Amino acid sequence: METVIEMRNISKIFPRVVANDKINLSVRQGEIHALLGENGAGKSTLMNILYGLYQPSAGEIYVKGQKVSITNPNVAIALGIGMVHQHFMLIPTLTVAENIVLGSEPRRYGFLDMRKAVAMVEEISQRYGLKVDPQAKVESISVGMQQRVEILKALYRGTEILILDEPTAVLTPQEILELFDIMHNLNTEGKSIIFITHKLKEIMAIADRITIIRRGKVIDTVTTASTSPRELAAKMVGREVSFKVNKQEYSPGETVLQLENVQALNSRKLPALKGISLEVRRGEILGIAGVDGNGQSELVDVVAGLRKATAGHIKLLRKDITNASPRKVIAASISHIPEDRHLRGLVLDFTIEENMVLETYYQAEFANGIILNNKQIQMHAKRLIQEFDVRPPDQKTLARSLSGGNQQKVIIAREVDRDPNLLIAAQPTRGLDVGAIEFVHRRLVEQRDKGKAVLLVSLDLDEIMDLSDRIAVIYEGNIVGIVAAEDADEAMLGFMMAGAAGN
Amino acid sequence: MLPILATLLGNTLLYATPLIFAALGGVFSERSGVVNIGLEGMMTIGAFAAAVTALGTGNPWLGVVAGMLSGGLLALLHAVAAVTFRADQVVSGVAINFMANGFSMFMLYKLYGGGQTPHIATKLAKWAIPGLAKIPYLGDALFNNYPTVYLAFFTAFLTWVVLYKTTFGLRLRSVGEHPLAADTMGINVYFIRYTCVIISGCLAGIGGAAVSIGIIAEFTEVTIVGQGFIALAAMIFGKWTPWGALGACMFFGAANALDAIGQTIGLTKYANPAFFSMLPYLLTIVALAGFIGRANAPAADGKPYEKGR
Ligand SMILES: Nc1ncnc2c1ncn2[C@@H]1O[C@H](COP(=O)(O)OP(=O)(O)OP(=O)(O)O)[C@@H](O)[C@H]1O
Ligand SMILES: [Mg+2]
Repeated sequence: METVIEMRNISKIFPRVVANDKINLSVRQGEIHALLGENGAGKSTLMNILYGLYQPSAGEIYVKGQKVSITNPNVAIALGIGMVHQHFMLIPTLTVAENIVLGSEPRRYGFLDMRKAVAMVEEISQRYGLKVDPQAKVESISVGMQQRVEILKALYRGTEILILDEPTAVLTPQEILELFDIMHNLNTEGKSIIFITHKLKEIMAIADRITIIRRGKVIDTVTTASTSPRELAAKMVGREVSFKVNKQEYSPGETVLQLENVQALNSRKLPALKGISLEVRRGEILGIAGVDGNGQSELVDVVAGLRKATAGHIKLLRKDITNASPRKVIAASISHIPEDRHLRGLVLDFTIEENMVLETYYQAEFANGIILNNKQIQMHAKRLIQEFDVRPPDQKTLARSLSGGNQQKVIIAREVDRDPNLLIAAQPTRGLDVGAIEFVHRRLVEQRDKGKAVLLVSLDLDEIMDLSDRIAVIYEGNIVGIVAAEDADEAMLGFMMAGAAGN
Repeated sequence: MLPILATLLGNTLLYATPLIFAALGGVFSERSGVVNIGLEGMMTIGAFAAAVTALGTGNPWLGVVAGMLSGGLLALLHAVAAVTFRADQVVSGVAINFMANGFSMFMLYKLYGGGQTPHIATKLAKWAIPGLAKIPYLGDALFNNYPTVYLAFFTAFLTWVVLYKTTFGLRLRSVGEHPLAADTMGINVYFIRYTCVIISGCLAGIGGAAVSIGIIAEFTEVTIVGQGFIALAAMIFGKWTPWGALGACMFFGAANALDAIGQTIGLTKYANPAFFSMLPYLLTIVALAGFIGRANAPAADGKPYEKGR
């Protein structure tokens, strides 16, 4: 088969790190080529180079045998390279169609022809089976549809080589299956796909070949047929990874968090929680399973004091904390690992050390009156960086330039270190590599084993089943059932997630 | 009563006109993501250049063109600082204001030996629109006015067309909301921002000209005193949209007109006229202090963009 992309000895040196170190990658026509590597291994950097957003420090790129110099995205687009970025590149205030045609818009008499744009979007969306609403504003559509918009953006430009940087991280299991169908469709049309994911299951299911990158270097390129998840994980992390979480025996204590008939509205002022009652006890992990958009985010927000409850009561250790301010909630010893780490977890333009005291900077440990005790803040960060293995181990690094996994480690370090009564973990492993997932899971279970209450919200059913002691299924703002984890299986949870009441 | 209202309306349009130009300039600049505090300075330089040119050539229209070009030139400076060198946009804007003021005052003394130009005999003349100007009361207010007034409304319409009906407008708005996303679509963020900042300077310059050779017929130290900031506030009240900005400018224009003719129409019996002079500035402080409208601001407004390398 013909080689469409050939990257030779690509290196990329950032001020503090060597993100790519003499990387060789070749992609064949019509294949799905997976890139696998830990958080911060340099996958996105390599792809940003291919798409012309970054310039390599050294190395050469060949497209269909021709040496090319991709100085900006326009060059990449002209070469038939399209990219769906890890963090969506959509403009929330514009419509779906506007986002798709942006940069190469259809015109009529020199004016923007939105009618034609909408028609064209409808046409390609039908051809590839990517359902979108061209007239909807992007800020009002689901994450799954945003993903489809991103893919349509590339297809609209006649992409032959499509880069998908962690497209599944934010999708529901159903949406992932749909994405795979789409990828197969594109494949049969002869398009090549570079697919980045941390989920070995997905790689085994869809990739033809896999290139494994560790700390900026290529470790190996293998065919899917000749490898196994275990081997891949070991190659990627450089050691054996355990997929099983070891937990102590389940012996729940007193009730820590209690929700009674809690109701709340979503950001569009529609009822999102319609009377949630549940409790989380000491020494247990309560998992909330459900299809995205059934009230999970609102549930977490309400408990964390970030959204008003319109009815009902929330109690922490029998103390009413309904609609308490976030600072009060924090003071009441609730920790929160938010689902959107950029929006709520971190101040991206602050350093690691500043991010680590976001909730506690005013306390005596870190401040004398109104003066920050920088030395103490620095030591605190140094200790946590060491303990949680944050890379690079430099407390002055800006949160923005950390890889996703390391950003998450900073948040988890901050939240767990406060030794909370209740730990809320929302999508705690979204976008993390297997090594980092193992790490996060261990930390959550550790909290449980220490007798803390953990409320886990995740779209990843495997994660829910692996970690939880009890599983509550949420559907359209109601808890449709709570089951013991050992009694649950995927089929039954799937059934309940579709709205069928559990037993 | 009717004649009074008509006079009020005519004056409102007159005073709103310079604000409309500058506020539309603000819309261009800020929708592309560059805060433009320098509108005031760009109006000053525009008013000055227009006055000098109208005096020198005897042609007010050349004055308008000079005002536009000088405003655009000053804006170029702002663009270099704010876009290329990623300076703090507010600081750069403030510097622009000082520069414009200092330069025009200096030149005023150099050229005319004092703090004001001679009277401009060749200021813009009113245009009566045939037929329409004959409508009782309304005709005189709306259709027997300065050409800059008509031009202001036409510019608002043009701004709306550019912003929402052209590819340039779509790109402009995307750059102001999420420049990185625009960049990944092959849009040249720097080019768009430069263009928009320069357009904003040109419009503010015309706004300045509309004062010095439109409303009054001279340029003095106090010809432009805060109109640029008021225009900025109007843009915020107008939620960064052309029609919204125009509406807010009309409101400020009305306050101005009330102040100017309050005495004649006996309004002073009910309220101190100083109140009307104060009102626009008061609202401007409220708007610029960030008490209102922040939710509608373009997401990347004021944030320098740096391309990855
Ligand atoms: N613009 C930048 N400036 C400085 N360092 C950067 C920049 N972008 C990335 N890095 C660093 O380069 C390394 C590789 O990052 P990259 O985003 O390519 O990792 P990744 O493999 O995509 O990780 P993840 O799976 O978490 O997305 C990381 O150490 C990161 O901190
Ligand atoms: Mg990445």
